Amino acid sequence: MNYDEKFENVTVLGAAGKMGSGILLLTSMEMFDISVKPENKDKQFTLYALDISQKALSGLVKYVRGQLVKAAEKKLNVLRGVYAHRADLIDNADIINEYVFDVMSLIRPVTTLESAYESHIVFEAASENPDLKVKMFSQINQNSKVEPWFFTNTSSIPIGYLNKEANLGGRVLGVHFYNPPVVQKLVEVIKSDETKPELGELATQFIKNLRKIEVPSYDFAGFIGNGHFMRDALYGMSKLEQLKSEMSFAEAVYCVNKVSQDFMIRPMGIFQLIDYVGIDVCQFIMKVMDGYVNDETIHSPLLDTMMEINVKGGQNFDGSQKDGFIKYEKGRIAAYWDLDKKAYVPADEIAAKCDAYLGELPAGHTPWKAIVRNKAKNEVLSAYFNAMKETDNNGSKLALAYLKKSKDIGLKLVSDKVAYTPEDVNTVLLTGFFHAFGPINDFIN
Amino acid sequence: MKLRRKVYMVAGYNTISMGSGRKEFHPKKPRPGLEEYMKEAGQGVLKQIGGAQNVDECVVGNFIAARYNKQGNMAGFFPFIDEGLKYKPAIRVEGACGSGALALAAGIRSVLAETAEVTLVIGVEVQNSVKAVYGADILAAAGWAKERKEGHVHFFPGKFSDRAGAYYEKFGYDKTRHGMATWFKNAVENARLCPTAQEYHNTTEDLMAVGMTKPNGRSFVDNLNVFDCSKVSDGASGIAIMSEEGLKRCGIDLKDAVEVVGMGQAENDLTAAPADLTKLDTTAVAVKKAFESAGVTKDDIATVECHDCFSIAGIMAIEAIGYAEHGKGAEFVSEGHSSRQGKVPFNTTGGLCGWGHPTGATGVHQAVTIWEQLTGKAGDAQINIPADKPYGLTINMGGDDKTLVSIVYKKN
Ligand SMILES: NC(=O)c1ccc[n+]([C@@H]2O[C@H](COP(=O)([O-])OP(=O)(O)OC[C@H]3O[C@@H](n4cnc5c(N)ncnc54)[C@H](O)[C@@H]3O)[C@@H](O)[C@H]2O)c1
Repeated sequence: MNYDEKFENVTVLGAAGKMGSGILLLTSMEMFDISVKPENKDKQFTLYALDISQKALSGLVKYVRGQLVKAAEKKLNVLRGVYAHRADLIDNADIINEYVFDVMSLIRPVTTLESAYESHIVFEAASENPDLKVKMFSQINQNSKVEPWFFTNTSSIPIGYLNKEANLGGRVLGVHFYNPPVVQKLVEVIKSDETKPELGELATQFIKNLRKIEVPSYDFAGFIGNGHFMRDALYGMSKLEQLKSEMSFAEAVYCVNKVSQDFMIRPMGIFQLIDYVGIDVCQFIMKVMDGYVNDETIHSPLLDTMMEINVKGGQNFDGSQKDGFIKYEKGRIAAYWDLDKKAYVPADEIAAKCDAYLGELPAGHTPWKAIVRNKAKNEVLSAYFNAMKETDNNGSKLALAYLKKSKDIGLKLVSDKVAYTPEDVNTVLLTGFFHAFGPINDFIN
Repeated sequence: MKLRRKVYMVAGYNTISMGSGRKEFHPKKPRPGLEEYMKEAGQGVLKQIGGAQNVDECVVGNFIAARYNKQGNMAGFFPFIDEGLKYKPAIRVEGACGSGALALAAGIRSVLAETAEVTLVIGVEVQNSVKAVYGADILAAAGWAKERKEGHVHFFPGKFSDRAGAYYEKFGYDKTRHGMATWFKNAVENARLCPTAQEYHNTTEDLMAVGMTKPNGRSFVDNLNVFDCSKVSDGASGIAIMSEEGLKRCGIDLKDAVEVVGMGQAENDLTAAPADLTKLDTTAVAVKKAFESAGVTKDDIATVECHDCFSIAGIMAIEAIGYAEHGKGAEFVSEGHSSRQGKVPFNTTGGLCGWGHPTGATGVHQAVTIWEQLTGKAGDAQINIPADKPYGLTINMGGDDKTLVSIVYKKN
């Protein structure tokens, strides 16, 4: 069975979720492209969007429709060609409407797992719960007559574990999209020791057709992205604890966040990133990872406390940011959480004091936004970090130590056989986390 | 066309050309509609001519409000501009992007026919009501509807991309691209001198560099970059057309008016492909007629407003007028002859590429600019009008060189 045939019947599990909805959208567009090839003219293509709640599925249909309109507006050059034979479709608007209709016609929103029994391909993006995933996979696998291939989006569960527990005979591969899948270019691909190579080949073709970047990772809980991020976050939180002896909790959040964003030229500070991903999600991923590592503890009592008092971060349904370590107004930072006061402290009450504590940004500082577009960014960064080494202030010292830690984490991912190469670690941070430079670099030695 | 009576234009008014590039523009915020634009431009003129009671007839030029704004029966907005216009004769004319100058032509004819001593002419278009990909469908109506299916996503950029491609092939890419980039640079530099221009806030430092951007057919069209194109604009322009008696009635001093001394109008077959993609034949005919009508030559003209919906159209217009031989227009521009310091300053407030292109308003905007220049009212954009060259020229084009009006104006 070739690539096109495999895509004749596909199921996305957890299709109404954050990741599932994006994966469903991308898959539906890919299936449309396959279905309009002349050789596939008479074939039937079906995409099951499977989730548990009808309400969420209604929301999904609206989301997909809106995204398809946007996608169609951007690829009209191609679509006018696809519909060239349709004399009745003249205006761009006609073509956009028809495309949206045709793609939506591939999708069947469903709530019962039985639908998946016909599918050759199952993309799984259900809640991050090992028992749930194993249960769904086994049930489909036992009832299906077509030996389905499972592609899981899990962020932390080893693929080998799923293969074994669900008895999949090597028909499972980790295809780990980043959030939101429609925008993010990076896809980590994780083979277990048993995974059949054909699954990898199909994933590679799929990722290429989506114009995304594939990075392979060993089958180790957390893989590369979370392997770096969770340890990086733990380090940030340890610095918070340390600074608390000199300042208030909110001030320490401010300082560590500012060091990890501005001094280190990253797109967002570490606490903003934790909020973005969700404190609950971080706590959960750490818990899973911790079960698989022996030489360190991947656990944060601070995150446990935050969860206890119900300060969770994460995103609202419309994509807006919920409050966590930081309070946001219209997407901008407005205040910082103070665990001792159990309240947010407005940014302008503490900014001046914290900025004085950290000191000036080293000479040659360029904001992240400007540096990512700069063709000569390596020279600019090299000069900046050299200046940082010469700058005698708290901000620079904290940043240098943090960068060193980030590099050590990266190197350990390679020596622990999570990542195949240092370049893979850097690619993940560059494309999945939008860093301006990889953690394994010569700026910091 | 022989003008059997003296005809003047006075009291020009332009609204801002609103759209991307203007600081005030936010695609998602509510904006004025057609009627508000018409009102602003109309009142701007009426204020200078002693009010609505002095007006005999009204003409509005508009391309396609029926689709951009779901609005027809546009003449009905004149009484909304001023109650004093209620029950006066009013018409709306349409000739795609040439609608504005068709409105001028209609107004001139009324004065010549002596049905009016004072005509109020407005051109208007509000295009930011839809995204550009849908706007492309609407603007495609300026071509033959039966060609739309085969056409490009961006139908008109596609048409002029084909023209540019043919021009590159015949006369060389590098020097043509340089001329087109220079055209863009001149347009923005002129627009920076005119507070109503869409590119007034443009701060790009190296305009040549962006103008030289290599076209990319994957993301846009094969032979034009986005800087070669006029943008999507909302705006209106108004002007009054009068006889000598009209001037007297409104108490207008001759020095504040320009005389319309010649007009050339030409139409070409909408269903026919251009005979030569590298030439604007109909434009050449209209300009020739205008010069004959006025009894002047290109060497008498102090400044030109031409229809540079695309930079390549500006270059081809130069050749159609005869300032440069066929194939030498790009060099003419590169050498600076069309810049504001050059032999014949073109589009001194930015033209369509720089000032903006609210389609139905453009023809009227061109007349307003010439009126400003010849009466010394162009502010920072003012150029010198040599005593031995007291004339200005406008060329307004509808579609791909189909509906043409060219007018010659004389300083008083
Ligand atoms: N959110 C991220 O940043 C991110 C990034 C990469 C990978 N992931 C992984 O993607 C997966 C989904 O995460 P998410 O963030 O989209 O979660 P989510 O909670 O937004 O979505 C999970 C979806 O699964 C559905 N679901 C739960 N039980 C189900 C069942 N029995 N049958 C069918 N559907 C069921 C839920 O209704 C929900 O719509 C997880 O494995 C997660 O680790 C998440």
